[in-house]
Amino acid sequence: MADSDGRQIDSINHAADGDGKGHGIVRAKTEGKELTKEEKQRLRKEKKQHKKNKKDDKVPTEKEKEKEKPSVQAPSKPVTQSPTHKAAPVPVSASASESLAAAEKPVKTKAELRAERRARQDSERTSKQGKKEGGQQSTTSKPKASPSELQPVVKRLPEHVQVDDPAALKKLAKKLERQQVPLRSDYGYKVSLFSHLHQYSRKNPPTQQISIPATVIHPSVVRLGLQYSQGIIAGSNARSVALLHAFKQVIQDYSTPPNEELSRDLVNKLSPYISFLSQCRPLSASMGNAIKYIKKEISNIPSQCKEEEAKGKLQECIDSYVNEKIILASEAISKYAIEKISNGDVILVYGCSSLVNHILCDAFEKQRKFRVIVVDSRPRLEGREALRRLVKKGIRCTYVLISALSYILPEVSKVFLGAHALLANGYVMSRVGTSQIALVAKAYNVPVLVCCETYKFCERVQTDSFVSNELDDPDDLIVTRNGKTHLENWQTVKSLGLLNLVYDVTPPDFVDLVITDLGMIPCTSVPVVLRVKNVDQ
Amino acid sequence: MEERELVEYFRAQIREDPDVASAVAAIRSLLEFLKRDQSETILGLRENMTQAIHRLQETDSSVAVSSGGELFLRFISLTSLEHPDLSQCKNVMIERGELFLKKISLSRGKVGKLCHTFIKDGAKILTHSSSRVVLKVLENAAADNKRFTVYVTESQPDSAGKLMAQKLRKLNIPVTIVLDAAVGYIMEKVDLVIVGAEGVVESGGVINKIGTYQMAVCSKAHNKPFYVVAESFKFVRLYPLNQQDVPDRFKYKADILKTVDLSQEHPLIDYTPPSLITLLFTDLGVLTPSAVSDELIKLYL
Repeated sequence: MADSDGRQIDSINHAADGDGKGHGIVRAKTEGKELTKEEKQRLRKEKKQHKKNKKDDKVPTEKEKEKEKPSVQAPSKPVTQSPTHKAAPVPVSASASESLAAAEKPVKTKAELRAERRARQDSERTSKQGKKEGGQQSTTSKPKASPSELQPVVKRLPEHVQVDDPAALKKLAKKLERQQVPLRSDYGYKVSLFSHLHQYSRKNPPTQQISIPATVIHPSVVRLGLQYSQGIIAGSNARSVALLHAFKQVIQDYSTPPNEELSRDLVNKLSPYISFLSQCRPLSASMGNAIKYIKKEISNIPSQCKEEEAKGKLQECIDSYVNEKIILASEAISKYAIEKISNGDVILVYGCSSLVNHILCDAFEKQRKFRVIVVDSRPRLEGREALRRLVKKGIRCTYVLISALSYILPEVSKVFLGAHALLANGYVMSRVGTSQIALVAKAYNVPVLVCCETYKFCERVQTDSFVSNELDDPDDLIVTRNGKTHLENWQTVKSLGLLNLVYDVTPPDFVDLVITDLGMIPCTSVPVVLRVKNVDQ
Repeated sequence: MEERELVEYFRAQIREDPDVASAVAAIRSLLEFLKRDQSETILGLRENMTQAIHRLQETDSSVAVSSGGELFLRFISLTSLEHPDLSQCKNVMIERGELFLKKISLSRGKVGKLCHTFIKDGAKILTHSSSRVVLKVLENAAADNKRFTVYVTESQPDSAGKLMAQKLRKLNIPVTIVLDAAVGYIMEKVDLVIVGAEGVVESGGVINKIGTYQMAVCSKAHNKPFYVVAESFKFVRLYPLNQQDVPDRFKYKADILKTVDLSQEHPLIDYTPPSLITLLFTDLGVLTPSAVSDELIKLYL
């Protein structure tokens, strides 16, 4: 017998009848106080009695049924959101109903009915949840369900880190089938530590299975997906901006079907696009935040708004988002960062971060004298792009590979790094190799500065690079030297695995300063910024 | 009120009450300046105030004056100034100014009350140079009938440590003066280190008399707790990455900045990074260095 918040309403209703004991308990519950030991024992005894009585009495009352329905609907939502409150209110309400049941017979039957209905609903819910959450979660939810008061409310793991769980895969396949989005299959042998992540091959783009003309998925989204999967658009800011532009096009071409509301239908239309894009390449944190923003804006469109007006408003919202969070933010960050660049500095940068390049170009324009060391790594060799841009500006640059890092670091006065996302516990998620640079810089006592816009801050917490990452095409590691390609037939060697990681996670002790559009903060203050942002919204 | 008068008033405040923090004296002078100001618009008023703060910074180049001044300006303007009449707005600002002054005059007492419980009976304490807040803390601990001994560094070039030792002897606390170079030698004997601060920066690090950084590194090497006591008006919006990154206007005395070639001069302050600090005692509570940024965001944003 599992209880729900409906019993809360139950006890409040009874409290209105004026029972002193129930009142006191309701007060205690609403004030959130801990129940004393005697109270808890009393509650347990009453619950057992209640269970026994339920089997005897089953007289229905129409009026009570209707009164209960609306009050049960509302609590069903908070059920999933406040699991911790369940333990206290549930025994409380059980006792309240029980104590009153002892006094009046008709009250008791109402309680019985409600309990039965609730039990039925809860059993359906738990079975659905058990199916949804796959193997791992069902085992954790079962011991939770047995204490019978607690609802199993386990946060769902994102699909893209459950690739080795067949139940999750089946669920994903069903969902994609329903949305008519092609499912991309994994490629090649996966190193066992990362077998829970997808590994796709660039030679099989997901767009191959899409018919021409694209019917379910908007053509600009198809194009975007292809650009992501082939690596034509890479880099956190570039991907977000491209995504927002594609969505602008989608909104432009959208027309509300009859009997539908734009605010609800458009959000539903976007879901298959998002699934498709995540099949092409897993979504980045910045893209995730952008999508959340768009969905919020769409659902906030008032229903009286005419379609043209609504579309215009949405286009404006997207434009202002790009302008504020990306373009103006980089101006603000550049202004703060230039205070930290002094004449005679030797600055080390890694890979190609659009923000760091912008900062360096700005500082050079403002007549700061410094030189740059660009560190690069295989297989992406993004540093070459950064080198190209800086040299074009006229900045003196040196180019090394990451293996020469400890050789070059004694010359360096500062390290500037970009970030893909900043996690809620202060860890920095960035291109693989960044944490290595931060570690060696710390050993040489060189200050490490991370530059990141606030829209890349995410609520996730991660302490290692294994749990959630991205595996790129393993064939990228194959290289031809002197006419020989040694790894050509790596798939035939059973004990050989190629691992091409994309991201890694740097702990906050290695980072001295984070420059954001809100100012310069230490890495440990990221949750403060998130809190301030949530308050603003 | 002219700038010259302002500086005179400021100097007079320090002369009359040598025990007052220089930031408090600066804020008193600014309040007086506000009262006597003749400008016609709020913008003009703000500009004059900012000018006044700059002038005071030129007189006394400590970090605290700069931070105190900025916080004062923010505090008085962080209220609704929607009154149509300028004199009404000014009255509101003056009221807030008085409130601010009252609050910060009490902060030293609050810090003393918080920190003295961390001094156990029989403790040996090491401190650096002369800090009025540390003196207050030790005073409170002595009043609580705790027995402890204090080691003070001489703190050249101005031998401020000797002044501190005198004050402690008056309180009947056993005190020993040690050379600045003997900090490493004495560290194994002491139980904890307490120092004051001239400024607390955004990263949670502190700016204090030269020699503090050395002491912090030694105490870390010996695993001794390193406590910093500071009032909240010393929180400043700086984020130094290393010693070089601290602006020159804080490192050297105001008159030396204008005249002498700085490469031959010795800096008066140094920066201690947050990784070496165990706890900070402020009137906002006992904070870890990472919590300082949180408090700063609350104060300044």
